[in-house]
Amino acid sequence: MIRDPIRAGIAAGWKATDASTLERDLALEADVAIVGTGAGGGVTAEILAQAGLDVVLVEEGPLKSSSDFRMVEAEAYPQLYQESAARKTLDKAITILQGRSVGGSTTVNWTSSFRTPPATLAHWRERWGLREFTPEALAPWFERMERRLAVATWTVAPNENNALLRRGADRLGIATAAIRRNVKDCWNLGYCGMGCPTNAKQSMLVTCIPAALARGARLVYRARAGRLALRGGRADALVCQALDARGVQTTGRRVMVRARHYVVAAGGIGSPALLLRSGAPDPHRALGARTFLHPTVAVAALMPEPVGAYAGAPQTVYSDHFLEGAAADGPIGFKLEAAPLHPLLLGMTLQGFGPQHAALMEAFPHAHALIALLRDGFHPDSPGGNVGLRDDGSPVLAYPLTPYLWAGVRRAYRAMAEIQFAAGARAVLPLHERAAPYPSWPAAQAAIDALPLAPLLARVMSAHVMGGCAMADRPERGVVDPLGRHFQLDNVSVHDGSVFPTSLGANPQLSIYALAARSAVALAAALAGKPAVGGT
Amino acid sequence: MPSRRQFLKFGLGGGLLLAAAGAARAQRPFVAASGAEALAVLDAGDRVVLAAIVPALLAGTGEAAGQLDAVIGSVDRAVAGLPPHLQAEVKQLFALLGSWVGRRWLAGVRAPWSEASRAEVAAFLERWRFSGWRLQQQAYQALHELVFAAWYARPGSWPAIGYPGPPEVR
Repeated sequence: MIRDPIRAGIAAGWKATDASTLERDLALEADVAIVGTGAGGGVTAEILAQAGLDVVLVEEGPLKSSSDFRMVEAEAYPQLYQESAARKTLDKAITILQGRSVGGSTTVNWTSSFRTPPATLAHWRERWGLREFTPEALAPWFERMERRLAVATWTVAPNENNALLRRGADRLGIATAAIRRNVKDCWNLGYCGMGCPTNAKQSMLVTCIPAALARGARLVYRARAGRLALRGGRADALVCQALDARGVQTTGRRVMVRARHYVVAAGGIGSPALLLRSGAPDPHRALGARTFLHPTVAVAALMPEPVGAYAGAPQTVYSDHFLEGAAADGPIGFKLEAAPLHPLLLGMTLQGFGPQHAALMEAFPHAHALIALLRDGFHPDSPGGNVGLRDDGSPVLAYPLTPYLWAGVRRAYRAMAEIQFAAGARAVLPLHERAAPYPSWPAAQAAIDALPLAPLLARVMSAHVMGGCAMADRPERGVVDPLGRHFQLDNVSVHDGSVFPTSLGANPQLSIYALAARSAVALAAALAGKPAVGGT
Repeated sequence: MPSRRQFLKFGLGGGLLLAAAGAARAQRPFVAASGAEALAVLDAGDRVVLAAIVPALLAGTGEAAGQLDAVIGSVDRAVAGLPPHLQAEVKQLFALLGSWVGRRWLAGVRAPWSEASRAEVAAFLERWRFSGWRLQQQAYQALHELVFAAWYARPGSWPAIGYPGPPEVR
């Protein structure tokens, strides 16, 4: 029997409130209200609670833990993902996988842990005035979070899906490396994306959030942060709506949190949307702008031997070959990784229908998949997307896929197909409505060069939403300062991936952890000795 | 800044769909549920549309025919879990398809859904898949995602594709 640390904590008296069960409105006071319990909110909660501050965490999603994580797609996606994993950009051309439960995306990510690449930091220093963001200056923050979350080199042999990336790349002289993972005693099951059933993944759910709750922090879940009530350049209160048990409709109950300081950590899309709904000052039109996705395209391959891409640690090998030479003012660079495959997500992503689709699905055990994550936001022709609000206040991201990005998609298809044939593929299949299985590298090359690239033809996905509340050295070109403090609102900070001024060119969790820790330590110091709520 | 022009464009397209669907509702004859399980958010008319579309999408999966009601129930549950703005879009889409105007003139299916041949339905899906009108492409992809998600959510679909299901951990 696997111990469930969340259920044990609740039994031991943690203060966790399910807002769906509220029979009347709830009013809370705290030193700090944190919106979101993902990588940014979780780290912030632990650090502030350790500093003796009274913290309230608000989470839109449910509180699910290892006992609930049955590795069943049909349960996991509606419970643990924004919009049942069906979130899309405005034109529906990009599917966005974003977590929505306590722990945020860290509950469902694939454990890939990278420090912010030095080239990305250099670009931020040069282009965005973030002069203090050197690898050396950030190293202590990375080290701190790597220790806290057990980020380490994965020494177990990669599963076949990842080994194929290494093998194919090796044969072409393309460098690969091992991905570090935030796990302890991992069972190598391969279901990280559906919540870790063994608590091996050191997500926020089993690390920082329990630590904060153990120190008296309060958690309110199934509560959607509606808006910050603003007055005179400050936030007065956080107003939240309780959601029903399935997280679809509001119940009419409100949760109101009054605090000295408010940390917005609702993630890319979520954080700018909250500030937009609040009518936050935005004199330079930066809020919600420059939202980045690492637009991701995929090529599946049919291998002669079974691959079993559904089992084993999902991501353990990567290649930055096509990123390392990429200049900010040149063609877009991309990172190559393997992607785990499970029937539901593959079935709905794979193009076509009827007997053709069924025949492709029958090859499932022999299927291998590579993904290319495009590093958006560096080039002027890659300005990212804009977060806006629907009439009902829900956020929507308009993200135009530009010719600059499509050129990268075509190069990425070619790179992935060539690696797959080098690894022994019988056929490769770009995930694209007009693509068919191609039996050889020359055939694939010719077909890829001729594929029309347009929204809704190429499958484009994203699991990394970044930007929208960019940090900058001065208000003219950002929303928050380099410590996440809002330029126009005295007692509001943003601690999450929305502060990145570009995408990263790497899976973002470790960058979010480190920057959130840096901002949270500064915030804790600033709040020490200030008057309590209401005592102005 | 959020590009208002794009929102407007989308709003207009959505509005047209809605208007067509609204007109459609009035014309649609009442269709009694055929003793199948009650649906949470989809109605009897939506079921008739799905009953034609599901077999065309899932052709080749072997077992699909005998499990039509179960697949439709699974689509219904998935829609019920979507946020309100997406539920509204899906319901509009089914209402539109269920209308005479939508079926005959937008989908190009001559026979009523309950009598349409699988080939005729497949031809409509293929037209929308590669339509030059973005709303039709989006609608095709919504149907594709809903139905394939519903099908491969079911453990009964796994043996045919060699997926052993999740491992036992306890």
